Amino acid sequence: MSRIAQRFQQLQDSKRTALIPFITAGDPTPQITVPLMQAMVSAGADVIELGVPFSDPMADGPVIQRATERALAQGVSLTAVLEMVRQFREHDGTTPVVLMGYLNPIEVMGYAQFAQQAAAAGVDGALIVDLPPEEGHDLIALMKAQGLDLVYLLAPTSTAARIKRIGDVASGFVYYVSVKGVTGAGHLDTAAVAAQVGAIKSLIPLPVGVGFGIKDAETAAKVAQVADAVIVGSAIVSQIETLAATPERIPDTIGNFLAELRQAIDAVDCSVTSRAAE
Amino acid sequence: MVIPADNNPLNPQTGDFSNYTLPDEHGHFGVYGGMFVPETLMHPLEELRLAYAACCADPNFQAELDADLRDYVGRPSPLYHAERWSRELGGAQIYLKREDLNHTGAHKVNNTVGQALLAKRMGKTRIIAETGAGQHGVASATVAARLGLECVVYMGEVDVARQEANVYRMRLLGATVVPVKSGSRTLKDALNEAMRDWVTNIDNTFYIIGTVAGPHPYPMLVRDFQAVIGREARAQMLERTGRLPDALVACVGGGSNAMGLFYPFLADQDVAIYGVEAAGDGIETGHHAAPLTAGRPGVLHGNRTYLMEDANGQIIETHSISAGLDYPGVGPEHAWLKDSGRAHYDAITDAEALAAFHHLTRTEGIIPALESSHALAYAHKLAQTLRPDQNILVNLSGRGDKDMHTVAARDGLIL
Repeated sequence: MSRIAQRFQQLQDSKRTALIPFITAGDPTPQITVPLMQAMVSAGADVIELGVPFSDPMADGPVIQRATERALAQGVSLTAVLEMVRQFREHDGTTPVVLMGYLNPIEVMGYAQFAQQAAAAGVDGALIVDLPPEEGHDLIALMKAQGLDLVYLLAPTSTAARIKRIGDVASGFVYYVSVKGVTGAGHLDTAAVAAQVGAIKSLIPLPVGVGFGIKDAETAAKVAQVADAVIVGSAIVSQIETLAATPERIPDTIGNFLAELRQAIDAVDCSVTSRAAE
Repeated sequence: MVIPADNNPLNPQTGDFSNYTLPDEHGHFGVYGGMFVPETLMHPLEELRLAYAACCADPNFQAELDADLRDYVGRPSPLYHAERWSRELGGAQIYLKREDLNHTGAHKVNNTVGQALLAKRMGKTRIIAETGAGQHGVASATVAARLGLECVVYMGEVDVARQEANVYRMRLLGATVVPVKSGSRTLKDALNEAMRDWVTNIDNTFYIIGTVAGPHPYPMLVRDFQAVIGREARAQMLERTGRLPDALVACVGGGSNAMGLFYPFLADQDVAIYGVEAAGDGIETGHHAAPLTAGRPGVLHGNRTYLMEDANGQIIETHSISAGLDYPGVGPEHAWLKDSGRAHYDAITDAEALAAFHHLTRTEGIIPALESSHALAYAHKLAQTLRPDQNILVNLSGRGDKDMHTVAARDGLIL
């Protein structure tokens, strides 16, 4: 069982919703990433999504694009990101790390090398934004052979047939994009999200994380009512941006923010659990 | 450009193109093309593919398109024998396919007229487009104005500054021009931003991509709409000269004017095909926009193709005097034609393109676009390797009015 599957099993057993923060590796400095990952785990992160910077992040909004540009200005490559994960793994053998990024840096590294080096560094899975299952056969096989999970996005526009098709290749969890738009966009329609998450769960057996549009404790709590995991990206990255000049303050600040979200999510979980018990 | 002495330019090594049917159903041209997009776009692209297939099967659609191309664009565009220029060059005869005489001044409108009809059929009320030099933005704003559709054009901040006149034209036509401030603030970033808009507003929005790049079905449908260039030119050459041309030459940025010219000639194995990229300051300087000549395969903007990238797979900034060629990728079908050997790709520097710009202007009274000037510069060299009874067909893809500021600035003049 993969580290991601184990983590979701534990969460399910304890009737808790996962909290999955996203940061861009190397933003605003390469040195801060590993301490920040550790601080996020201490504050209650269950899985970490680590963004691999790419020059043309077409599915991301302005907040994450700027994070990418800050990281690229420091020369952060895919190889450097894998090294960060390796360092993180020296002190944390249990928290899953999922890389989130675009295909081209992986193409340049080579599929086989990527799968091998990512597994060796302690990466648990990858979400490659611009690689739908239709185009992914070779890389999927190589990653599976290394025990890496393949996390996929699902969108409000995904048909039942597509959801099933993605279910055939996805592992670990799936990431439901809760709004039509890019990262950091829009308002969350909780009722619509609940319906769609239900539809996804009726089609595929994996945990469903919900992201895009989760800005604070309140929205996190709402999503926790309907999802197996709450994924928070732009809300974290925009705080990192405001602290870019004082990176040493970032781990504490983000840790405090995640602790608030954790508390709000756990409060929902308790009430859901107690309702279920009644 | 160097044509090796031991390589007969009119004897390309080719595979069998007599039954050319690419792309396949998934949009692949060999290993190139495809649909490398976020999940949010997979379903809308499928809808577009189905809508386009329905239009292709509908004679009324083709009739409506033909009428628009005739009455609104001004097609067929003339074929012009540049006799004086050919004589000066002292080699082959050069024929120009006059896409510069189209409404809005370039080949771009062939595609926007077609895609706008498609948008209308799909019930979309809003058009978005990306633009570099502004020609595709103007062509999109033009058709949107005619059909009464809202139009938003994404344009890199750098390009907005260097193409003020086209920005104003788009605004006159009722379009909203959004300056893109991310990344290198040029065409590639405008494309990213347009994709983001599309993801967000998919229900009512049609994205008119301006070149033969992007995810399937765009490279195919843009090629098909531009192929009117090659179909007309092929018939015109046969009528005028009694035979097919010996060589085709077109400039390649994203590559839509070139694909439009080349496609109807692919099965004509005796016709040599040359695509001309922008060598900028020179390939050896690294300041260029020539992915086919000096790049390598990768994935960007929804398709696998040749790219300009660094050792880590980050897309690098390009340089060309011509904003329309200033793009780090290229249509996937060109990547396929290069690898298969059916077409040859080479690059022309800023200086060579400028020389050709002046040369054609002075000898023929035709001011070409700087993009098209790259094709002319290549044709100049190619002509001198051929005999006077041989014919070269060059796609004069656009007129140079938009480039007055750029050319004047090179001469030290501020207009």
